[in-house]
Amino acid sequence: MTAVPLRAAAAPPHRLPVAVVAIGLALLLAVAALASLSLGASGLLPWEVILRDTTPAERAILFDIRLPRLILGVLVGAALAVSGALMQGLFRNPLADPGLVGVGAGAGLGAVIAIVLGGLLPVTNRAMLGAYLVPVFAFAGGWAAVLILYRVASLRGQTSIATMLLAGIVLGALAGAVTGILIFVADDNQLRDLTFWGLGSLAGANWTKLAAAAPILIAGLAAAPFLARGLDAMALGEGVAQHMGVPVETVKRGAILSVAAMTGAAVAVSGGIGFLGIVVPHILRLAVGPGHRLLLPLAALFGAALLVAADTVARLAVAPAELPIGIIMALIGAPVFLWILLARRAVLEV
Amino acid sequence: MLQATGLWAHLGGRAVLNGVDFHARPGQITAIVGPNGSGKTTLMRRLTGDLTGPGEVTLGGDPLARLSPRALALRRAVLPQAGTLGFPFTLREVVRMGHQAGAAAPEPGIVEAALDEVGLGAKIDGLFQDMSGGEQARGHLARVRAQVWHPVQEGRPAWLFVDEPVAALDIGHQLQVMAVLRRFADAGGGVIAVMHDLNLTAMHAERIVLMEAGRIAAAGPPAEVMTGPLLSRAYRCQLCLNTAPEQGIWLLPHAASLG
Repeated sequence: MTAVPLRAAAAPPHRLPVAVVAIGLALLLAVAALASLSLGASGLLPWEVILRDTTPAERAILFDIRLPRLILGVLVGAALAVSGALMQGLFRNPLADPGLVGVGAGAGLGAVIAIVLGGLLPVTNRAMLGAYLVPVFAFAGGWAAVLILYRVASLRGQTSIATMLLAGIVLGALAGAVTGILIFVADDNQLRDLTFWGLGSLAGANWTKLAAAAPILIAGLAAAPFLARGLDAMALGEGVAQHMGVPVETVKRGAILSVAAMTGAAVAVSGGIGFLGIVVPHILRLAVGPGHRLLLPLAALFGAALLVAADTVARLAVAPAELPIGIIMALIGAPVFLWILLARRAVLEV
Repeated sequence: MLQATGLWAHLGGRAVLNGVDFHARPGQITAIVGPNGSGKTTLMRRLTGDLTGPGEVTLGGDPLARLSPRALALRRAVLPQAGTLGFPFTLREVVRMGHQAGAAAPEPGIVEAALDEVGLGAKIDGLFQDMSGGEQARGHLARVRAQVWHPVQEGRPAWLFVDEPVAALDIGHQLQVMAVLRRFADAGGGVIAVMHDLNLTAMHAERIVLMEAGRIAAAGPPAEVMTGPLLSRAYRCQLCLNTAPEQGIWLLPHAASLG
């Protein structure tokens, strides 16, 4: 034995200081939020509302169109990124993403059922559920999908990537088929709703939609930090996590419920926005490491910033028309996903 | 004191444990030996609570079934045969998880000390998945060691369950691992180890439990259990045991023959 071995500083050399990453992401979110509020077809800047007399129309643009859209973008972006991180923690696999493995499709099916068949409900029930009908059905669809996926792909604490992805494809196909049938029977009004929703966009955000989705999204986000320690331990396998005092079944149930709630609510208000859940946690794991105590809150911040930025681009790129945000996310996300596949090709057990 | 009475276990309709009674004392290394399929790992899984069934296991007088996962984690750590890791955690983070699991209030310096004990102090900030199989095995040992760092606290002994802890290691590291277990037992902790290497077992264990077809064939100090007739019958081969002065019992596997 020689002298005391040389030790590196607290942060391993290949990672970035957490404070730098957190401040950087907060700045990114602030810039994106300001751009989202001030840029648009009308060219109205947010401080103009305060500095000069504005017309009611201008105030309406800012407070009834841009502000709810910004808040929805923040919540949906955070929820999608955190859902991805939770799902990956649950499956111990960086490729698990709600959008990729059929959870988004399940939630989408739930939303379509609510849009098309919601009219069949007795009038009293419909009035009671109101704006919550679509989010609640989307949640149920997402929950069923995660549950089926977990049952199919996990055996004795081990998850097969191949089974998980294949099960995701099957679930997606099934949900797509049923959605197709429902679209076939939908009337013109419902079709307009469906098309609008299916584009994957934050357009049409308003305070009513926000009020319906926000409680579910916030509840899911608030539950996530409580799962952090358990998910860390589960990276060592469910048996080992149990040995380390983690109530594994409770953590699993909590993760499944949170993912289903957040994916369901996000899909219900913004359609299918993919890749956020896979790109954000992956980049953050490289930057600050895989520990969920840091990963989950930073993913919320990064996801929110990225979605608000992408939404602003979507609104401005072909103004006065809008690009569906799903297209922009896929343009960014698909190459990153391919890069992950290339980097992991050697260790993938597909 | 770890006490188990009347443990039964069935796998695929076959009885793997036939009413096994077992006990182990803190301050000792208790080794479970026996041929493949004799029920060693199943017994271990009953003792750790991974497997439930007829019979009762008590840890310091408390039935295992009544302790929460968290309460159990404060009293015992378990090192399984094979480990996996899903994400690029560093060695430090893996060992810290163990320490946090076993301590009401984590203390600084223990993660480093546990890694120094297994000779991995210099690799503390390396990625766990980039390490060799032997290093990962020792890293997991450091993790469970950090979980039960203070073997005796408030009069409650801590327990370390290890399933074939030296399986993937070279002879130098085998001795190092046994020394870690020895120190833990000497400090008042209880070690239950499933072992394949009979020489290492004879060298280090205070008490050996020999399993044969789901029953305990013999239990006691090495001098009582490590005998030619007992081992030859259990392992179904002719084993000749030697005694070296000051070195205890040893056997030369090359001299064994199928009987």
